[in-house]
Amino acid sequence: MGFLDKFKKGLKKTQNRIAEGLATALLGEKEIDDSIEEVLEEVLLEADVGVEATEELIESIVEKVSRRQLKDLQAVLNALKGQVVDMLSVSERSHLLEDNRKPLVVLVVGVNGVGKTTTIGKLAKKYIKMGKTVILGAADTFRAAAIEQLEIWAKKVNCDLVKHKEGSDPSAVAFDTVKAAVSRGIDVAIIDTAGRLHTKENLMKQLEKMKRVISKVITDAPQRVVLVLDATNGQNALNQAKEFQKITGITDIILTKLDGTAKGGIILPIVRQLNVPVAFVGVGEKEDDLIPFDPEEYARGLFEV
Amino acid sequence: MFDQLTDKLNNAFRKIKGVARITERNIEEPLREIRMALLEADVNYRIVKEFTSNVKEKALGADVSKALNPGQQFVKIVHEELVRVLGEKSEGLKLEPKKTNVIMMVGLQGSGKTTSSGKLALYLKKKGFFPILVPADVYRPAAIEQLKVVGKAVNAPVFDIGEDRNPISIAEKAVKEAMDKGFNVVIIDTAGRLHIDDELMKELKRIEEKVKPDEILFTVDAMTGQDAVKSAAAFDRELPLTGVVLTKLDGDARGGAALSVKYVTGKPIKFVGIGEKYDEFEQFYPDRMASRILGMGDVLSLIEKAEEVVDKKKAEALQKKIKKDQFTLEDFREQLLQLTKMGSMEKILGMIPGMSQIKNAKKMMDDKKIAHLIAIINSMTPEERRNHQIINGKRRKRIARGSGRPVQEVNQLLKQFVQMKKMMKQLSNPSFLGKMKNLKKLRNMNFPFQ
Repeated sequence: MGFLDKFKKGLKKTQNRIAEGLATALLGEKEIDDSIEEVLEEVLLEADVGVEATEELIESIVEKVSRRQLKDLQAVLNALKGQVVDMLSVSERSHLLEDNRKPLVVLVVGVNGVGKTTTIGKLAKKYIKMGKTVILGAADTFRAAAIEQLEIWAKKVNCDLVKHKEGSDPSAVAFDTVKAAVSRGIDVAIIDTAGRLHTKENLMKQLEKMKRVISKVITDAPQRVVLVLDATNGQNALNQAKEFQKITGITDIILTKLDGTAKGGIILPIVRQLNVPVAFVGVGEKEDDLIPFDPEEYARGLFEV
Repeated sequence: MFDQLTDKLNNAFRKIKGVARITERNIEEPLREIRMALLEADVNYRIVKEFTSNVKEKALGADVSKALNPGQQFVKIVHEELVRVLGEKSEGLKLEPKKTNVIMMVGLQGSGKTTSSGKLALYLKKKGFFPILVPADVYRPAAIEQLKVVGKAVNAPVFDIGEDRNPISIAEKAVKEAMDKGFNVVIIDTAGRLHIDDELMKELKRIEEKVKPDEILFTVDAMTGQDAVKSAAAFDRELPLTGVVLTKLDGDARGGAALSVKYVTGKPIKFVGIGEKYDEFEQFYPDRMASRILGMGDVLSLIEKAEEVVDKKKAEALQKKIKKDQFTLEDFREQLLQLTKMGSMEKILGMIPGMSQIKNAKKMMDDKKIAHLIAIINSMTPEERRNHQIINGKRRKRIARGSGRPVQEVNQLLKQFVQMKKMMKQLSNPSFLGKMKNLKKLRNMNFPFQ
């Protein structure tokens, strides 16, 4: 199943409603009237796109409608899709999988409960499928049984794992993982971190330290810092992204839980403001439920009637 | 932020000159500001629409009181309406010590069910109950292990599921064992699931039918966006929810999801999770949540906390001193000591409106710094503490040596003490909103540290 299929499957229920809304507001009319603004606003705001980005997206559409450059529903939707794609397009697409620096160190960060550990399991599977060797670092030494959870994933996808005891220094785990990757000649080291709210200064400092310690083994590592965002999160995700960007820098975003009814529209302002690409979306709990992100498909998923 | 929102509203009202009443015409722009504030707080779009139209009705024709300007008046109406929707008063659990109570925790993945289960167990233990935790999440790797660790941390027993991997029979067996062994609360931690996953939703329903829970708590992440209405409505449709637990409220999310969930389910929000530690779990207070959604900061909590630790008589005496301009370094030390009693600075700061916006606020006011300030004051002679003006260069050096802090810090403390004295005189102005304005000034001068 492709990204769009899975995404759409989840969207189906809400999408029908949106489609109905759009249809009643637009299709019945031969010409599009002022109500278009409200309908589009509803679609975008309910997708968590946020007030600012929504206004920006709608503004030019409404202008074009009033200048009669957009005459029917299809034209409006196409124009809107185009704008969403523009907003999601950054200078370079994600090369998370194709980054061939060796060993590639991938540090995975995010707030609590977004699905970091599960995402790491799936990501490891992707690298292994490409024929790369992977080692996982269980540096979430805080949450109860987080280490066990990652261990189960390591067994499932059949890769190495470095762990210390619960409550130990996460920087030490990260250091050992990268060291092990170097000495064992492993291609990719993926490091799990404890979920932390971006407002907790001491925990953010700990992350900063982890990054510093990793760079002591390999100067340019971690070459990849992946921010995991939960699609069900609203406007706060923008604050999360900005804070993590400030502390660790972010190279890629993975948007999880897109198999529900949430659409994760907050990535629009995030991608635009941070200029960081979305690499993958998570659409389920199975190993293969991590799918490359495609801005056009995403936009289509949002608006297709 | 409160200031920001009231400022915006005041501006909106100012455009219409000589406003004495809120009218159809002059309410339009303020309503738009409220609408934006709610949307930015993640309140669901449709609920915002309905809510603002209710507010409009309530506000129209309201007399603008003398004490408040139209902007403030409007915020008050909005705030009251928010509190009304969120639930007038906080509601607890309906448990009876003499029977086996069953609590079921349900929600989406990652919303914080397992942690909340542990927190709830600890909370109930403190209330004299005997809870047992039941791991019914057989899907997520290591979820069972996680609950075991949590149980150990809060010192509550965890039901041993043996080889059983069927959540329904696990729940049944656990309730039976609780009855046999005399536990009076069974907390069932179910697996996170999507509300559109029919099969897993049916599983919950079957558990519910078998064990007939006294409480079914829907756990929702305070950072949740527009989708909160859909998941909450779906869980509420399938299960007779009795309440909501709002988690991760220790971040900076405004938590509009609380309003959305309350609106669509009508079920009270019973608890909030406010930290990583297991005792950081509180009853829900609608008025505080309303302030937070509007971006007003948790002023009430702060006041309450202050009341807890500040001796009333001492406070009154201090008030008099401030008015008479007799506030001394001894009083300052007393204040600092009380401040440390209120808990960590990080928490306190989080409750002051606008503080989260100030760069380095936390750095300015960390707990160590307070200890340093107290040390400096301790190194002064009683005479110096009562009359700071006699502290000359020589005395400053001695105080620095005595406290182990650099002279600059002594200087800084004295300078700020003088500023603070001035400020406090102004703060003794009885109007609360006057105080709010002064908070703004305090912020600019980095109260009370640099």
